Amino acid sequence: MDLSTTYMGLKLKHPIVPSASPLSKNLDGIRKMEDAGAPAVVMYSLFEEQIEWESRVLDHYLSYGSESFAEATSYYPDLAHYNVGPDEYLNLISKAKAATSIPIIGSLNGVSTGGWIEYAHKIQEAGADAIELNLYYIATDLLRTGAEVEQMYLDVVRDVKKTVTIPVAVKLSPFFSSTANMAYRLAAQGADALVLFNRFYQPDFDLEHLEVVPHLVLSNSNELRLPLRWTAILHGRVPVDFAITTGVHRTEDVLKGLMAGAKVTMMASELLEHGLGRINQVLEGVKSWMIEREYESVSQMIGSLSQVNLAQPAMIERANYMKNLLSWSPDPTGVLM
Amino acid sequence: MNRPLETIEGNEAAAYVAYKTNEVIAIYPITPSSTMGEYADQWMAEGKKNMWGSVPVVKEMQSEGGAAGAIHGALQAGALATTFTASQGLLLMIPNMYKIAGELTSTVFHIAARALAVQALSIFGDHSDVMATRSTGWAMLFSNSGQEIMDLALVSRAATLESRVPFLHVFDGFRSSAEVTKIEFLSDDDMKAMVTDDLVQAHRARALTPDRPVLRGAAQDPDVYFQGRESSNPYYLATPAIVQKAMDQFAGLTGRQYHLFDYVGAPDAERVIIMMGSGCEAAEETVDYLLAKGEKVGLLKIRLYRPFSIEHFIAALPKTVKVIAAMDRTKEPGSAGEPLYQDVITALVEGDVSGIKVIGGRYGLASKEFNTAMVKGIYDEMTKAKPKNHFVVGINDDVTHNSIDYDPDFSTEADDVVRAVFYGLGADGTVGANKNSIKIIGEETPNYVQGYFVYDSKKSGSRTISHLRFGPRPIKSTYLIRHANFVAVHQFGFFERYNVLEVAAKGAVLLINSPFGVEATWDQLPTQVQQQIIDKQLKVFVIDGYDVAKAAGMGNRVNTVMQACFFAISGVLPRDEAIEQIKKAIKKTYGKRGEAVVKMNYAAVDASIENMHELKAPAQATSTTAMPAVVSSAAPDFVKNFTAKIIAGEGNLLPVSAMPVDGTYPTGTAMWEKRNIALEVPVWDTDVCIQCGKCVLVCPHAVIRAKTYDPAELTNAPATFKSSEARWKELPGQKYTLQVAVEDCTGCALCVEACPAKNKSISGKKAINMAPQIPLRETERANWDFFLELPEVSRAEGGIKYNNVKNVQLLQPLFEFSGACSGCGETPYVKLVSQLFGDRALVANATGCTSIYGGNLPTTPWTFNKAGRGPAWANSLFEDNAEFGLGMRLTLDKQSQYARELVARMRDQIGAELADALLNANQADEAGIEAQRNRVAELKLKLNTLANSGSPAQAKDLHSLADLLVKKSVWIMGGDGWAYDIGYGGLDHVLASGLNVNVLVLDTEVYSNTGGQASKSTPLGAVAKFAAGGKPSGKKDLGGMAMTYGNVYVATIAMGASDAQTVRILLEAEAYDGPSLVIAYSHCIAHGIDMSKGLNQQKLAVESGYWPLYHYNPALKAQTPSRNPFVLDSAAPKVQLKDFAYNETRYRMLSQSDPVTAERLMAEAQKEVTERWHRLDMQAKAQ
Repeated sequence: MDLSTTYMGLKLKHPIVPSASPLSKNLDGIRKMEDAGAPAVVMYSLFEEQIEWESRVLDHYLSYGSESFAEATSYYPDLAHYNVGPDEYLNLISKAKAATSIPIIGSLNGVSTGGWIEYAHKIQEAGADAIELNLYYIATDLLRTGAEVEQMYLDVVRDVKKTVTIPVAVKLSPFFSSTANMAYRLAAQGADALVLFNRFYQPDFDLEHLEVVPHLVLSNSNELRLPLRWTAILHGRVPVDFAITTGVHRTEDVLKGLMAGAKVTMMASELLEHGLGRINQVLEGVKSWMIEREYESVSQMIGSLSQVNLAQPAMIERANYMKNLLSWSPDPTGVLM
Repeated sequence: MNRPLETIEGNEAAAYVAYKTNEVIAIYPITPSSTMGEYADQWMAEGKKNMWGSVPVVKEMQSEGGAAGAIHGALQAGALATTFTASQGLLLMIPNMYKIAGELTSTVFHIAARALAVQALSIFGDHSDVMATRSTGWAMLFSNSGQEIMDLALVSRAATLESRVPFLHVFDGFRSSAEVTKIEFLSDDDMKAMVTDDLVQAHRARALTPDRPVLRGAAQDPDVYFQGRESSNPYYLATPAIVQKAMDQFAGLTGRQYHLFDYVGAPDAERVIIMMGSGCEAAEETVDYLLAKGEKVGLLKIRLYRPFSIEHFIAALPKTVKVIAAMDRTKEPGSAGEPLYQDVITALVEGDVSGIKVIGGRYGLASKEFNTAMVKGIYDEMTKAKPKNHFVVGINDDVTHNSIDYDPDFSTEADDVVRAVFYGLGADGTVGANKNSIKIIGEETPNYVQGYFVYDSKKSGSRTISHLRFGPRPIKSTYLIRHANFVAVHQFGFFERYNVLEVAAKGAVLLINSPFGVEATWDQLPTQVQQQIIDKQLKVFVIDGYDVAKAAGMGNRVNTVMQACFFAISGVLPRDEAIEQIKKAIKKTYGKRGEAVVKMNYAAVDASIENMHELKAPAQATSTTAMPAVVSSAAPDFVKNFTAKIIAGEGNLLPVSAMPVDGTYPTGTAMWEKRNIALEVPVWDTDVCIQCGKCVLVCPHAVIRAKTYDPAELTNAPATFKSSEARWKELPGQKYTLQVAVEDCTGCALCVEACPAKNKSISGKKAINMAPQIPLRETERANWDFFLELPEVSRAEGGIKYNNVKNVQLLQPLFEFSGACSGCGETPYVKLVSQLFGDRALVANATGCTSIYGGNLPTTPWTFNKAGRGPAWANSLFEDNAEFGLGMRLTLDKQSQYARELVARMRDQIGAELADALLNANQADEAGIEAQRNRVAELKLKLNTLANSGSPAQAKDLHSLADLLVKKSVWIMGGDGWAYDIGYGGLDHVLASGLNVNVLVLDTEVYSNTGGQASKSTPLGAVAKFAAGGKPSGKKDLGGMAMTYGNVYVATIAMGASDAQTVRILLEAEAYDGPSLVIAYSHCIAHGIDMSKGLNQQKLAVESGYWPLYHYNPALKAQTPSRNPFVLDSAAPKVQLKDFAYNETRYRMLSQSDPVTAERLMAEAQKEVTERWHRLDMQAKAQ
């Protein structure tokens, strides 16, 4: 049985890949993922804001209060070197490449076409096999149009592609007026893969202290539906590889993702919650399922339930939505809230 | 040989040679020598090697005495060893200096010479410290400039090895130690040529070793000690020739020839000044100028002051000399003359030279200006038939009339020297940019350069003045610029506060950072400034530097913006090249902090020049605004006549007669210095406020005050004066006001962080919120004045117990408006002590931040209440503060006992009832104390009567001590540098004494005042100066050590974690009739935190278990039944240490520079925290 898959030209021994998470924060974690059977690792994200922020914070505090008072013209020794911005991240990629034999996918999170894009090149130089570009923009500006935001995304992809020669995957938000068109245009800019979808860090309210607080909630299998549907819609129509990255927890989720058209399915919440052993457990489940159903290879099932291969393509479109909602409603009158 | 030229400060030059030519270096921070130790420590951390290819050992000690002892030991064991110090530090080394010299041991100590603490402490430069060591038997070699520091550091190194006489290598603190000049670096080969292997091996051969055992340092009796003292004479006799030989050899290497006495001037000079140190440079500049005018003047620069070679001295002096002025940069009251003066006379007599008139003069104490006009004044004085002897120059001595006159307008500065003066704020980065500018000019153009930087005494909102010179010849102008051809004013507000254009020469360029735009700027300038611009025909350029800086993401740091404008105007480099060089300097300075920072600065530079515009001044002054008075007309005469002059930057004009003769100053002066430095200030929301008092408690500058009062008091309140119903059950019907002194606020926003009351409609708002200061200034000034007139609460009446945060807010702080850093973590504790005990407190204050923000002129935050009572404050030294406070206690105890004896003796005369009440008074609370004060007042009245009849002597005796019958409170305050390190021995003894003193340690975990050097309080894994690689050892458990005595009250507090516990502990500690030690966690600018979040860091320090709160109250043991005196006041750790630590730059920078070590040290630190918590927990649970 052939469990292998190819993602952006990278040959992977199976399609269950740990996605960007704190598990890749250090070399030990990356090694453990390889030992647990991960076929590749997507590194934790290097944030545009983090690169800028670390640098500015360091500068701010090293400068603060300096050259103000004759007895204390500074408050810290002037160290020869600081691993600010991407240095630590790039070092980790280099070390990971040296210490493992699996593809390492760097992850860059940002939204502007500023100087931080240079870090894509640095990630490549550090030895990464590919880059996952995580585009995340909260459009709060009342005067900025959707078209402008979309163009911003496209410009970033264009610029990153100019900077590197390794494959570039684009991890997307599901919130576009025309997701299909956006996927199409990103592909046209040279994206090698689309990763569906980003899960946002949504803030929460703390009622005790009347504050807005960051609150990370791990995903569950129910969240698979959204990327599942869009992968199914886009597979075969947009010439890129697909990865599904939200809601992948169980064997069934992996199988569904592959059938929708994903070359790989990515896990983070499941691994964070239940440990790295889940990679092999889920993989064993996939194997069992394939044996039971006499599948010979993973590639056989990729895209088998995508829209282009469906007998009733509309099932993935609006009609399915109607049906789904009605079937869920507990209201015997059928009147939806 | 091609030696690199670099633009560096004098301290770096000294440290460079010291580091290269030594194996063991002991260090301890003291201004202005600290940076030498910092360089050495940093170079060791970076693995830089000495001339033998090995990394020297650099070790911080607990005091300069410790450093000297360590060096003594290192030398005895055969190392090449050195240290750096100044001032009191050098005094602490004196005992070891005698030993080192007595044992003929080769070493060089590098001294950034500084004034001594006498009637006042001063950090600035003169020769008082080195002159105090004249009898130790050390050679003294003086350097006068940056290049000389590098050169003579090496000469002294070579000479000490050959002569075996130890050397002080001396240069002037600040003027030479901090002045930035272009210096040719010496190479390792130069050093190897001077410090030869045979000299080094001879030194080693004298080392103590069990392989060739000897005894050194015996005790001797009258039979032989004297002979032994004389036995080293040949070495001293040989030393001058050895030094000259080394100087000659050095000249052969570098072409720079020095002599023991360097004479410059007319070969047939009749008037010669003799001096040493940086003043020689100004004197030489004057000599050159006067020679060109045909005057027969000269200057003899003394290099080797000890051993003083009469032979060389006489030989160097022109035979034509008729008058000598021997200039001393020190003062020896009561002597026949200052040291150099006496030496010169002795030398002339012994050298059989007669017919020369010698006068002695004093100059330049504590970096007092010494410029060419003063030098000219000295030469002029020497032409008089009866020149003044023992004169002073540079000040107006209108008491003993010793000062000589000079023409302040006399100038020797050449037209081809560019002289630029920049006025900035510490916070705007002006000095840093100017240091870069002078480096660029020094290293990228053929110009010689000089940069000197002047700061004021405040730690927040401080003004800086940068003096930059560059020109085609070496610059010897060791004095401030008086005729600038370029003046930059980086803060527009300075035009209203200082006479910034006084320094501008006619036709100079003026660059203004103005928020008003080029068109409107003229109208915003005060009349006097407009007139100066017109009269001096200044060419004015204007830029809104804030706008450009903000757009580039630099906030208020206008430094690079203004720097680019300076280069564009000055034309020292072609504009494009200047921009390129500025960017190179930015990259060099900030590159390692990350690309984002570099790009931000680049953006500022790029946008600067296009935003700069010329302002064409009208022919007439048009402004209607004048410069406001420095202080209010309501201020006391002393403040108006004395303090205000210093505030205005005119302290140099104060005559001797204006000075208090014994260093005694009135308190309550900070209130008159309205600094208006906060951009935003707190505003009270009456509807949201719950009157908890937390904002009042945490305010580091005592600018938030609360009062309760009768509603009738509001009759004449200003329209915007706010009040609400007082929420005290003891105060029914009373009003409550929380008032902010917006002109004194520093805008730290700690109050907002502390406020627990949230606005229910706007979650971001609290009961106190920050708002721009300027729109509020006028109305809040009136409100503040009205508020001050409201009556203070009675401490003794009304039934309120001042034992909790809410009630304490009503007590008047007797420590207000200090110049401490904005958001200071120390001052809230100091202020609280002043509220609780200030009206009966004596404060012994260790040198450090507390003594600087507490006692540095012009003003003091210590103040008094309406009854005239308040803390009496004094600073003795850094090392002796606990003993100093103990002495106060001994006196109080003795004199109050004697007063009680007198009361008993005079019982019948003063009345039995009063006498018994005085003797048996219960002063356990405020009411009791107030009652006793009333009795003492009654007693004094009776004694006044008795003084005129009955027993006048005894009555007067008791009258002079009667106030001692009221309980007094002794507070011994200082930082961790004092308590953990230099003063620990004394502190330990004082705690062991059992006497009733209260010790408050304001623990910032570094030597904050000198710039953040590690102390034994510095935590494991934190980066500090002197611990550049992260502190490898744990923090000393001062509290734990003190508890071992069993009879010492010991507690830790952290206001941000538990303000209630803080108040309770201070009350308990003071009430305990014995020694108490309270260690207060004080967040600090040296931690690298957002100071407005300081309280949160304190909370995390406690919640992580890093700073457990506890108290050990011996009084609990005495209770029946006896209780465990140790009580834990904080809960078990609930967050990881790293969650506290990594909010702070001091920890984070290690993880950024050396993540592996950082991780290891953090793991060790966490383990320590956990283990200590368990220990404390067990101790608290013990029966």
